[in-house]
Amino acid sequence: MCIWFPRLASDRVLRARPVDGPFALTLRESNTERIYCLNAQAERLGLHRGMSFADARAFCPDLVSRPARPDLDARFLAALRRWATRYCPWVGREGVDGLVLDVTGSAHLWGGEAEMLADMRAGAARAGLTIRLGIAETRGAAWAFAHYGKGEDGLAGLPVAALRLDDKVVTALQRLGLRSIGDLSGAARAPLARRFGPGLMLRLDQALGTVLEPVGPENDPPHYGVRMTLPDPIGLSGDVMGVTARLLAPLCDKLKAQETGARTLTLTLRRVDQGSQQVELRLAAPMRDPQRILPLFERGVGAVDAGFGIDQIRLEATLVEPLPVQQIGSTQVSPDRLDDLISRIGTRIGLENIQRFLPADSHIPERGFIIAPAAFSAAQGGWVALRPRPLRLFAPVPIAGTGNRPPERFRWRRMRLTTGRATGPERIAPEWWFSDDNWRMGVRDYWKVDTREGRRLWLFYTPQNPAWFVQGEFA
Amino acid sequence: MRVDLLSSFPLRPSRVHEVCGPSGMAFAAIAAPARGTVLWVREGWLADALDPLGLMPLVDPSRLLLARPKDQTDSLAVAEEALKDGVIPFVVIEVTRALNLREGRRLQLAAKAGGTTGLCIIPEGMGSNAAETRWQVAPVFDPVSGDSTLMRWEIIKNKSGTLGAWHVRWNQETRRVHMVSPVGERPGSESTPG
Repeated sequence: MCIWFPRLASDRVLRARPVDGPFALTLRESNTERIYCLNAQAERLGLHRGMSFADARAFCPDLVSRPARPDLDARFLAALRRWATRYCPWVGREGVDGLVLDVTGSAHLWGGEAEMLADMRAGAARAGLTIRLGIAETRGAAWAFAHYGKGEDGLAGLPVAALRLDDKVVTALQRLGLRSIGDLSGAARAPLARRFGPGLMLRLDQALGTVLEPVGPENDPPHYGVRMTLPDPIGLSGDVMGVTARLLAPLCDKLKAQETGARTLTLTLRRVDQGSQQVELRLAAPMRDPQRILPLFERGVGAVDAGFGIDQIRLEATLVEPLPVQQIGSTQVSPDRLDDLISRIGTRIGLENIQRFLPADSHIPERGFIIAPAAFSAAQGGWVALRPRPLRLFAPVPIAGTGNRPPERFRWRRMRLTTGRATGPERIAPEWWFSDDNWRMGVRDYWKVDTREGRRLWLFYTPQNPAWFVQGEFA
Repeated sequence: MRVDLLSSFPLRPSRVHEVCGPSGMAFAAIAAPARGTVLWVREGWLADALDPLGLMPLVDPSRLLLARPKDQTDSLAVAEEALKDGVIPFVVIEVTRALNLREGRRLQLAAKAGGTTGLCIIPEGMGSNAAETRWQVAPVFDPVSGDSTLMRWEIIKNKSGTLGAWHVRWNQETRRVHMVSPVGERPGSESTPG
C-alpha cells in the first residue's frame, strides 16, 4: 500500500505554528520565488504549486508565506517512515512526499485492511497531516490509487498519469486518445513500446502486477552509543578506565559490523549528584580498535573530578566515518601508527594545531602555501618555486634606504650590514581580488641581498611609496 | 689537523642534538633524513613563518608536519611523545628558553627508546648539558657564486668525538652537503674580504 502526504511541507510548518487562512511555502527557483507547497484554503482560492509568488500575492493579498526547507521536510518524512513501521516492518520511501508499505500478512493484526486504514487516517488527522491512502495488490497500483483514486474499484478507470509517467509521455498518450489505464492496456503493445520506449510498458506491467516491484525497506541509521549504570559509585580513574574498556568493546564491534570508524568519541560520566562531565576524544583518523583507543582516554579521564562518585558512564561515537576493512599483510609501514601519534599529540595540544603545508597557486609569498590541519588533509606534492624563496618569512621590517637599488649599508635587527651582492629585482604585484592591508603599498620589487657579514636577506622596495623593507631570510 | 665532517654530520641517530646561530633552520632542514616524516615543533606564538617554498630545495615540504603547541612545556611533551613513538624519524624542536638537565635528559631517553633523532634549534648560549652535539651555524658571504648556500658549520660540543669547523655548501641536484675550503685558502684567491 502507498501513503501519500499531498501537503507534507506545509503541514509540517503549520503543525509548529498554525495559521488560520491561506498559507504557502515559497522556494527560490531560477531567480524567482515560486510556491512550493500550500494549504487547502490557498488552493481553494485558485493558487497552485509552481506559480510565482508575486502572482499569488496578487490573487490573494492576505496570503501568509514562509520559505520552504526541503531538508527539514526530508527529515520529517524519515520520522513518518519510522511512525509507519508500527503498521508493518517493511516500509520504504516513495519520492519526497510518500511512503510505501508492504502490509501483506500484517493487516490482520489491526483487524483487517479497512480498520488499519481507519487507524492511519485517525493518526494522521491527530497529527494535522493531510493523507491519501491507496491499497492494492501491487506497488504501482497502490501509488495510482493514492494519487488519483476517487473511490473507483478498478485500475482501468484511472488516468494514464497514475502510472508514474513523465508529463511529456502523458500528454502524448492523451493526444493519441489513450486517456485511462484501461485504454492503454487494451491497446497493442508493440507500437506503443516502439513509440515510447520500454519504460511505459514497464510501468503498466508493474501496476498490473505482471512485473514485480519490491518495496525497499530502509533501516534506521545505526546508533553508536553504549552506557553502563553502576550499582555503586566509583571514583578511581583505574575503575573508570575499566568501565570504559568494557564499553569500548561492544561499541567497536558495532563500528566493525557497519565498516565504520569513530572520529570523535564522547565519554559522559554522570556523578551521583546528577552532575555530569564529558571527556571528548578527537582522533586523527577513523578508528575502531579498542586497544588503540583506550589509552587515549587516560589523559581526559585523569582530569575528571569524580566528586562523590560516578554511577553512570556513557560512551558515544559522535562522529563516524566509513572505514572499510583493509587487506592484511601489506609490506609497507601502515599509516596507522602516524595517525595514532597525531591523535595522541592532538589530545594534548588540540588536533588543529598539528598542521601540514599544502601548495597554493599564488605569487604572493605569504599565500604561496596553505597551512591545513594534518588530520583533515592528505599530503600533496606539486611544489613549484620559479625563483628562490626565503626559508623564513617575517612581517616586513622597514629599513633606511633610498632609490630603487638596495642600500649599500643598512641596519637590521641592531646589526650593521653591508650589501655584498644584490640579485633582482623580481616584481610582484598585489592580488587585487583580495584586499590585504600588508599590500597597501602597491607593487613590490624583491631583491635577494647577500651581505658581506653572511646573512642572505630578502629585501623589497615599493616604487609607488618609496621605502625599503626586509621580509625574509634565505638558507 | 683536519677533522672529517662525516665523523659527526649525518647526525648520530637515537640522540638529541642542538644547533644555534642564524642558519639553524637551514641546518635542521639539511639534517633531515632522506625519507620519512619530519615533525617540526614550533610554539604557536612565534610570528615568523617557515616558508615551504624556501624549504623545498632542502627538504620536501610534503614530508613536513608542523606542531604548534602553546608553550614550551607542551612543546617538549609533544617532542618527547614523538621521539618515543619512533614512527617519525626526525623531530625538530624550536626551543625558546634554556632546557634544564632533566628536560634535556628526558628528550635523550625518549630518542633512545624510539630510535629517532631529535634536533633542538636553540637561541645562542642556551644549550643543555644533555645534548649529544651542539652546532653553531652561520651563513658566509660567497664572493664567487651568486646563488649560494655557503655556510660555516662549527661543532662546539661533541660528547663522543672531536670539535671542528667546516665551510659547506648545499648541492641541490645531488641533495647533499659539499665541503668547500674557506675562501682565503683557495688556490688563486688573495685574502678573505673584510
